[in-house]
Amino acid sequence: MSRKIQIWLLLSIVVVVFVGLMGWRVLPDAGLDAYVGLGPVTLPDVLFYFFGFMTVAGAAGVALSRNILYSALGLLGALLGAGSLYIFLSADFLAVTQLLVYIGGVLVLILFAVMLTNRISEINVSNTSLGRAGGVALLLATAPVLLFAAIATPWPQRPPPALAYTTRTIGNAFLTQWLLPFELASLVLLATLIGAVVIARKELKPETAGEHEPALR
Amino acid sequence: MLHVGLHHFLCIGALLFSFGLLTVATRKNAVGVLMGVELILNGANVNFVAFNHYVTGGVGGQIFALFVIVLAAAEAAVGLAIVLAIFQTFRSIDVRVADTMRE
Repeated sequence: MSRKIQIWLLLSIVVVVFVGLMGWRVLPDAGLDAYVGLGPVTLPDVLFYFFGFMTVAGAAGVALSRNILYSALGLLGALLGAGSLYIFLSADFLAVTQLLVYIGGVLVLILFAVMLTNRISEINVSNTSLGRAGGVALLLATAPVLLFAAIATPWPQRPPPALAYTTRTIGNAFLTQWLLPFELASLVLLATLIGAVVIARKELKPETAGEHEPALR
Repeated sequence: MLHVGLHHFLCIGALLFSFGLLTVATRKNAVGVLMGVELILNGANVNFVAFNHYVTGGVGGQIFALFVIVLAAAEAAVGLAIVLAIFQTFRSIDVRVADTMRE
């Protein structure tokens, strides 16, 4: 079996597990909630560790791989894993938004930029600037501190609530309490759309503007 | 300890942030720098949603995360447009090459 087919199989398995998780974990009426036990570790825990590992491994791939295309693939894993983690936090709408906006939009944009700007044959197009030692030092300086703060702090927790749909609540909140930021976000998106087109299009020089050269790039 | 709680999500958010910071700091490729920014924003988002679920309740954290996603998409679009413009000007997206504001 060729490598390409293996990659596609892996991706499709991940997507199927994601969709199945959406249907099974989020739907409160499914009745399967958290009681398939494997000793102290339940099945949702195992799924959490799977997706958490996928997220962290993808992030590490983004940071450490030498080829920028592999970095983009690692970003796919990290975004997909993070979107799956939202499901465990009863944020189903956010998970689907992550899938649509990040993976369907941002990642595709990044892949476009990689393929439009990279000369793949150029060997040093994505190597590091700080060097291995500096990168490792930075990682050792940030990650343990953050992990220690996350684990050692006694966060004020409430008893973990049942999972529920949040789409209706989010919609109501957007159109009542958060109406002004919501509308401002649409303005920001419009400005972004126009600004990105203005920046990225080919600039017409004044002396060549009359020659009707194809400006579409 | 093995049972999933708030700490697990915070750890994943912290690792996402750390790797994103590492990416931003070590890449010469401008697209790679943008990928690192996306990782950092995702780490923040995981923290928002985890605190929303385990500490505060309601949907405030999720709404904040949605705004973060919107702004991240806008940032990616503008950033990649700038990267393309830099590439057209300098024939390279090495962030050390693009050190002048005009040709």
